Amino acid sequence: MQTHAIDIEALGRKPSAPNTGADPAIKVDDLNLFYAGSKQALFDIKLDIPKQRVTAFIGPSGCGKSSLLRCFNRMNDLVDGCRVGGKVLLEGDNIYDSRVDVSSLRRRVGMVFQKPNPFPKSIYENVAYGLRIQGINKKRVLDEVVEKSLQASALWDEVKDRLDDSALGLSGGQQQRLVIARTIAVEPEVVLLDEPASALDPISTLKIEELIYELKSRYTIVIVTHNMQQAARVSDMTAFMYMGKLIEFDDTDKLFTNPAEKQTEDYITGRYG
Amino acid sequence: MTSEKSKSLYLQQRSSLLDWGRSGEPMIWINAAAVSLSVIAVLGLLLLLAIRGFGHFWPADVLRSEVISGEESRSILGERVEQQQVSGDQLRSAGISLVGPGPFYSRTLFKQGNRDFLGADFVWLLEEQLHEQSFPDDVMVIERLEWGNFYGELQQVLHDGVVLADSAEGKAEVWEIFQQRINLALELREQIHQLERVDIGHINYDMERLRLRERGYQLRDELSTAAQAELAAQRAELDIEYKALQGQLAALYTELNRDSYVALLADGRAVTLPVAKIVRAFQPNAMGQPQKVGHYFSKLWEFLSTEPREANTEGGIFPAMFGTVMMVLLMSVMVTPFGVLAAVYLREYAHQGLMTRTVRVAVNNLAGVPSIVYGVFGLGFFVYFFGGELDALFFPEALPRPTFGTPGLMWASLTLALLTLPVVIVATEEGLSRIPRALREGSLALGATRAETLWRVVLPMASPAMMTGLILAVARAAGEVAPLMLVGVVKLAPSLPVDGNYPYLHLDQKFMHLGFHIYDVGFQSPNVEAARPLVYATALLLVLIIALLNFAAVALRNRLRERYKSLDA
Repeated sequence: MQTHAIDIEALGRKPSAPNTGADPAIKVDDLNLFYAGSKQALFDIKLDIPKQRVTAFIGPSGCGKSSLLRCFNRMNDLVDGCRVGGKVLLEGDNIYDSRVDVSSLRRRVGMVFQKPNPFPKSIYENVAYGLRIQGINKKRVLDEVVEKSLQASALWDEVKDRLDDSALGLSGGQQQRLVIARTIAVEPEVVLLDEPASALDPISTLKIEELIYELKSRYTIVIVTHNMQQAARVSDMTAFMYMGKLIEFDDTDKLFTNPAEKQTEDYITGRYG
Repeated sequence: MTSEKSKSLYLQQRSSLLDWGRSGEPMIWINAAAVSLSVIAVLGLLLLLAIRGFGHFWPADVLRSEVISGEESRSILGERVEQQQVSGDQLRSAGISLVGPGPFYSRTLFKQGNRDFLGADFVWLLEEQLHEQSFPDDVMVIERLEWGNFYGELQQVLHDGVVLADSAEGKAEVWEIFQQRINLALELREQIHQLERVDIGHINYDMERLRLRERGYQLRDELSTAAQAELAAQRAELDIEYKALQGQLAALYTELNRDSYVALLADGRAVTLPVAKIVRAFQPNAMGQPQKVGHYFSKLWEFLSTEPREANTEGGIFPAMFGTVMMVLLMSVMVTPFGVLAAVYLREYAHQGLMTRTVRVAVNNLAGVPSIVYGVFGLGFFVYFFGGELDALFFPEALPRPTFGTPGLMWASLTLALLTLPVVIVATEEGLSRIPRALREGSLALGATRAETLWRVVLPMASPAMMTGLILAVARAAGEVAPLMLVGVVKLAPSLPVDGNYPYLHLDQKFMHLGFHIYDVGFQSPNVEAARPLVYATALLLVLIIALLNFAAVALRNRLRERYKSLDA
């Protein structure tokens, strides 16, 4: 892609307040991930994801950044033959403990996928979905949450007059913001974003990035991205991964301007990947 | 690549057939021809059925003619049905003396009716033997409850043997009085039918239930004197009701049998026949076009709405239509949930390994098992084993007469449900596998369990596929006859499986079916010539009903598809 190191200031990243809370939202401890046929995808990952910050995972394709992200809400459970070793602590509790209820974990750790995946229902029902499965069916409560979530995802003004229309009639960017609204409607603590803008046009991408910036005051956000400018623009912390290993994890400013590892520097200056 | 030709951007003049072949155009023509052939075949089939079947209801003109063969001469009255060319040699070898030059002679199939006097309804006659052909206005055709059609001329109408009207006094007057008497008889017969089928049927049904209750008491040793007295009281009540109805019935029958008519046959014989047996009488040669159209639709309506008579060769086919639709609906109700459940387990929950693959292959192969095998299985397992057990458990008082241990609507539907199960499973599985993984993940990521995801996202989206399965199932089941002959279809069912007697839907009853009706009327009836048009009409109706059921299901599926169209579609 680009051949020069990224100029953070030129990208116009908005500076964020320093993180005062000491406890990490997610603490990853010696995490190893194996896929079927003992193919190891992650090796001894160890990192702390700070609260109410945006943490970005970057790295070349197949480096394990999405696999790591999917460990945080146990989405990897759905993959046949997938095994996880080590711990992932959410607010101090190991999410891989056998007593963990995966449904309530996923309610606390929401996820937005690469391709917008609204349900073939109305806009309203898409946002209300998470509440309905929790058994909340009171119209007054649902109305309130739907409006609040759509406003928080900057979609309210565009759809308020057609809440009962099918969500499939929205544009790609709108659909992705709807999915974000759907995710935050259940009030998660952590929002995982798996390349949320990679299938979108530049304008929609910009809107999503602005949205991420807005959301981080309330949620801990972890984003996987292919796009290094995007990582530099939206994140406070960045982790560089390569071949299933965490190479470097630091403040975004530092990682992009003054990387400690040779491999990181090679990657961000475009020597491979 | 350096030649002049290959450098030019424009199409070269086609030099040979080979070039034409390479262009792919012959393939397009062959494909188009195959499609046209299929369309023509289907349309041709429908057209043939429609013409052969629905032409039957048009009132044909009745021909009066002298048949002169050699020395003999006789008169006939009848409708032309069909014409053929026959070689002279064949006729001569049959001992017929020919006048014309030949070598081919045209012969006509006549419907002469009057089976009770002439022996056969249909007769082949050579055109060259027909002389003095005419279409007299006062020839009448009478459809009767027995002995088929009557062709003749009306002479007198009698009431208790006393002449009410005579054609000597005026043909119009006697015809009018005749029609009045027929309408009166029809009304009486309607009342009798109501009394016999509904009122007395109801009493018989109640009597039977009393008998079963008594037998039940006996079996459980609970037949106290009080119970006996109660049963006897109820029985006495029913008896009184029955006697009253019986009296009414007798009076109606006497009234009905008072009228008769005298008619002249083609050969001049005068016969006296009861008005009570007339379905309708008309004079086709005197009818104008509007009257004929009216007659046509009244016949068509009779065909669609009434019960068959005369060993199914006359009358309508309503019970067969009703039975077919009922059976298909019951089959759908049984097969859909069952098939969907099985498909969901196979696709969503079962571990995808050798075992599931084996099960899948087995299910697919079930679809290829000949249907008669299902019939045998249904008879052996459902009817005799399962039905027999049910009878022993729940209907011991009726034994040794079986309730469910005999072929019936329930077992027929269940057998066909089994027959069509593979189709539903395969189609549903196909639908489930096509739902994007992203949608399931989206639901799971919101904290839904697998079951919630399945119920709220996956199954609604797979509903069009389920409908596809159901459409295929209906198409197959509605046309199936062979297994039904073993598990519940009869040539004439005494009553519909739905009536006013509790429990209203009688799953244990035998029923009629259009497919079997076609077979029965066409090949098992004593009067094949008379029944042939009905076979065509019934076949067309069967096709129409299946098409209608399918269209309904397709419309429903399209609505579902519109609602749940998937993301990348």
